[in-house]
Amino acid sequence: MGFNTDKNSYTLIFAIAMVAVVGSLLAFTASSLKDKIDANKRTEKQQNILFAMGVTDAEDPNEFVAPEKAQELFDKYVGDQQYIVVNGEAQKTNEAFGIEVKKENDKVKRDSLYQRKKPLFIGTRDGESYYIIPLRGVGLWGPIWGYVALDEKYSVVKGAFFDHATETAGLGANITEAYFRDDFIGERILNAAGDYKGITVKKGNADPKNQRKDDNAVDALAGATITGDGVTAMVKKGIKMYQPYFETLKK
Amino acid sequence: MAEVTEEKVEVKAKEPREPLFSKKNKKLLTDPLADNNPITIQVLGICSALAITAQLKPSIVMSISVVFVMGVGNIVISLMRNIIPSKIRIIVQLVVVAALVIIVDQVLKAFAYTLSKELSVFIGLIITNCIIMGRFEAFALGNGVWKSFLDGVGNAAGYGLLLIIVAFFRELFGSGTLFGFKVLGDPVEKTGLYAIGYENNGFMVLAPMALITVGIIIWVQRSRNKALIEDH
Repeated sequence: MGFNTDKNSYTLIFAIAMVAVVGSLLAFTASSLKDKIDANKRTEKQQNILFAMGVTDAEDPNEFVAPEKAQELFDKYVGDQQYIVVNGEAQKTNEAFGIEVKKENDKVKRDSLYQRKKPLFIGTRDGESYYIIPLRGVGLWGPIWGYVALDEKYSVVKGAFFDHATETAGLGANITEAYFRDDFIGERILNAAGDYKGITVKKGNADPKNQRKDDNAVDALAGATITGDGVTAMVKKGIKMYQPYFETLKK
Repeated sequence: MAEVTEEKVEVKAKEPREPLFSKKNKKLLTDPLADNNPITIQVLGICSALAITAQLKPSIVMSISVVFVMGVGNIVISLMRNIIPSKIRIIVQLVVVAALVIIVDQVLKAFAYTLSKELSVFIGLIITNCIIMGRFEAFALGNGVWKSFLDGVGNAAGYGLLLIIVAFFRELFGSGTLFGFKVLGDPVEKTGLYAIGYENNGFMVLAPMALITVGIIIWVQRSRNKALIEDH
């Protein structure tokens, strides 16, 4: 060793140099890859929305459409049928795709008077309409999100997709599994009287095969109570925000 | 366990090029697999072993990621071992792992998005894995690059091996599946083993059973090799 690494001045210089080198390295990586990462995220969002309306990979219905095809299929099935809902009114705009529920949530949190912009996508497949609502909530460790597709009467779920950032593998992470999400299909979000109920992820539902579609509940995942409750809250709150708009449409 | 066998094959293929794989160097690679296993003997990396072993697939993904990060991390630390000021060496180690992990994460997000989605949780967990810091501190800071690399890969593989064993039992008895395939029949339709009254043990998918499973492995390992038993 040519120098004394114990000296304070050396330690200081080393620390500063390390921060500079690592900092610029990370900044360089982040900025040079940003465009690609953003493009990937767009594609993923398109895949998610398509998935919720049942447009999936031709060979495996539990897989997304191929990333290369996402844009093309999105244009075909959803296209410009994108709306921003504010209160009871919808405005048709392609900007809906860029709206992030998370950012809207943050804005509402900062300013209680803020009028939330709610994106709504209307997909058409085989002559049927799918009203696709993006959702976002919290699980046990971090954010969870998803997309729910409703039928043209805004009362029955026709498709759902859930994802998470950091839920426990094998427990909460199973919300992405087909056996969980497919339980939502056909489930009603209104009760018999037509009031909004949402869908509850319920323990002791005594309906593991989910044959009762009008009980506003699906069977919970074992060992994932908090993630399940997170899904319940996310679905209930997420769809409820659109109810004023759906009410005006029904009239 | 693919990476374990792969390493061994590599060892044999390159053998004539001594002294890269001298007896001592080979020991660095193979010791952590059994007699100096990071989980059962050194008792490092328990947290992540609890967190992700409910299923086989994430365990394998995690193992491969840790092999990579530890191999490269040990090389970097070893290269810098003579210039790192000892007062801030822990911080330097932390920065190296964190930077490495973030770069890997970003590159995956840009070029292998699907893979990065599957890895997302584990990437964060890698940083907190005490095996990595432990090996930096105990080995890479005092040894050459090649030895450090072997030590890193060996320890990560030993960690991965344990992860996979634990995950095998937890997924089999907890969910009745392996890699997601229903090997014991369908618990809802009551086919296969379930037809004769077998039930999944829901406790197996919870974290405490990972600890108990690791405990049983430690017990089996030490009863087979008495030299591993501590005196007191």
